Amino acid sequence: MKAVDLARTAVANTFRSKLRTTLTVLALFVGAFTLTITTALGAGVSSYITTQVNSFAAEDVLLVQATTDLTAAAEDDGPAEWDPETSTSSNSQAGGAPLAGAQAEPLTDDDLDTIAAIDGISGIDPVRSVSTDWVSTDSSAKFEFSVNPQSAVTVADLETGAQLDHSASDFEVMLPNDYLEALEFDSADDAVGSEVTIGMTDITGATHEVTAEVVGVSRSSLFASGAGANNALVTELASLRTAGIEGADENSVIAIAYLESELSDAQIEQVTADLSDAGFSAQTIEDQLGIVTTVIAGITGVLNAFAIVALIAAAFGIVNTLLMSVQERTREIGLMKAMGMGSSRIFALFSLEAVTIGVIGSLIGVGAAMLVGSGLSTALAAGPLADLEGLSLFLFEPASLIGVVLLISAIAFVSGALPASRAARQRPIESLRYE
Amino acid sequence: MAIDDPHPSAPPPALEAVGLSKHYGSSASRFDALSDVSLSIRAGECVAIVGKSGSGKSTLMHLLAVLDEPSEGEVRIHGTDARSLSARALNRLRNREFGFVFQQFFLNAQQSVLDNVTLPLTIAGLRRGARRARALEVLGTLDLAEKASAKAVTLSGGQKQRTVIARALAGNPSVIFADEPTGNLDSATGAIVEDLLFTLNREKGITLVIVTHDDELAARCDRQVVLRDGRIVSDSAAPVLEGVAR
Ligand SMILES: Nc1ncnc2c1ncn2[C@@H]1O[C@H](COP(=O)(O)OP(=O)(O)OP(=O)(O)O)[C@@H](O)[C@H]1O
Ligand SMILES: [Mg+2]
Repeated sequence: MKAVDLARTAVANTFRSKLRTTLTVLALFVGAFTLTITTALGAGVSSYITTQVNSFAAEDVLLVQATTDLTAAAEDDGPAEWDPETSTSSNSQAGGAPLAGAQAEPLTDDDLDTIAAIDGISGIDPVRSVSTDWVSTDSSAKFEFSVNPQSAVTVADLETGAQLDHSASDFEVMLPNDYLEALEFDSADDAVGSEVTIGMTDITGATHEVTAEVVGVSRSSLFASGAGANNALVTELASLRTAGIEGADENSVIAIAYLESELSDAQIEQVTADLSDAGFSAQTIEDQLGIVTTVIAGITGVLNAFAIVALIAAAFGIVNTLLMSVQERTREIGLMKAMGMGSSRIFALFSLEAVTIGVIGSLIGVGAAMLVGSGLSTALAAGPLADLEGLSLFLFEPASLIGVVLLISAIAFVSGALPASRAARQRPIESLRYE
Repeated sequence: MAIDDPHPSAPPPALEAVGLSKHYGSSASRFDALSDVSLSIRAGECVAIVGKSGSGKSTLMHLLAVLDEPSEGEVRIHGTDARSLSARALNRLRNREFGFVFQQFFLNAQQSVLDNVTLPLTIAGLRRGARRARALEVLGTLDLAEKASAKAVTLSGGQKQRTVIARALAGNPSVIFADEPTGNLDSATGAIVEDLLFTLNREKGITLVIVTHDDELAARCDRQVVLRDGRIVSDSAAPVLEGVAR
């Protein structure tokens, strides 16, 4: 029997007992649907997180801070006594983001030199704290405004325009897109190239205004909130803040260490170890976000486990369906064998029937999951998740869709193997005598 | 090749049974369905195997058609011991050389007459077009052309039996094994089917091995082999053959 005929016969046979096939397909459908939707959910959320993390330009950058001596703190009874020599006023660095919160000692100039001297580090920039009050355009009112101190290492999720040029001497800002309407821009493109005025108050209470050019409009993101400013603007704002008073510049808690290019993971680990020996803790941005991704992977894993349980149940359904089918068709099998159909062909025929059931179940399941997932994505994006721009909750990747179909077809094939080999082993004459 | 071939120059018999026995069950409750049966059938011969119910007729036919394995003895096809053939070669033999009409119809009820008739051709690996053409041709000669697309379940008994014969003929076999081909039919329809088989034997030289307990049908065959309790008690051709051999 030729392969085409084998396939055609298998498909036709699958539909001979419609109710039974439908029920088995239904079981596979549930598995395929769950598996597709959870995989897509995991992919959607991780892809969102990844884009967000990438917006940090995490490559070749370490975030360094003094190691907080937790054990020493624990041994002390209560808070440490204030010492004018070593203690600094505790002013947490501006800008939300998971990167700031640590309660570490500020880095001194000596610290920065030590860090810069470590092999593999090409440069170090303390994260400067800048505080701004408002922003406006010629025609608009003033709106509260803060500059993300990490914009020096951030690659913005651009809606339009260009990234900040940190080597430029002109003042540049990256404007979050939720400012567009307030500042009376018609569109994001309209904003790019125009000038905005930034107002701030220095430590003496005097106010200053700085004008800067909008070079790009960014989408709001999970980790990088606030506007971005290039190095020239950050330096200007920081020096305006000290109002020319010597020593008023606060030391940074966090510094950004730039790694030499093309370091291997092992080399980066070495740098981290060296830093640790010198009394600093260093993390890549991925390290800091690792916990988030781990949690997401965990949740996806649990959901997928449910899908697998559904599939295992479905596999028994296939075994049962086909065993009944083999039983029912004993004579037919005997007849085909009597007419010279080889055992391997009989095996192939029944296996193909199993695979057909698998393919139908998985295709319907995957299709339904895509419909439901896209619908949910759109509904949620318009409603509760509107603030998370660029998030498509369900991401249907072709590779994983094909993977689901292949996996389920493989499960179907394996389940079909027992009934198929039982059919293949039947002696023709016994099958023909079967009443 | 048998050393005691009665016709050294003639081609070997199409089918030959040598000392065939078939037991069922283990030693204690052993049942001998067939004991030491020897028989040789020339190409183009029409042989009736007759005997009471349970005498081993179907068992013998199945062994001759290599559908079953004997407990003792051997079956030779054109002089070749069937046991020396591979499973593949046996499948090929049954598919290309043999046509079967079983005691029951064994039609796939929900499939069309055409699909039922093309089954051996599909197994043979013929292309769809060629299968159709051949099956329609055979159905035409059996007056079933207009039933080609009807479901097998809708046919009358006689139509079913003719469909079964069409299926047996589709592959252009050189031997047709028919087990009670008229057993399920009324005498008029039975006569039509009988005529059909004898015409094929006469005009195409197809070897017929017909199992029956109908004496009239047996009488129309060239030769009658009578079985009783698994042994041949008479073979109408045997004296002639033995006469030649001596
Ligand atoms: N698989 C089997 N196991 C045990 N006994 C069997 C088996 N197959 C056949 N027999 C026995 O072998 C004997 C011969 O059976 P066979 O089918 O050849 O009879 P038959 O001559 O064709 O009878 P009928 O005319 O009723 O078809 C019977 O007694 C039957 O019970
Ligand atoms: Mg019988």
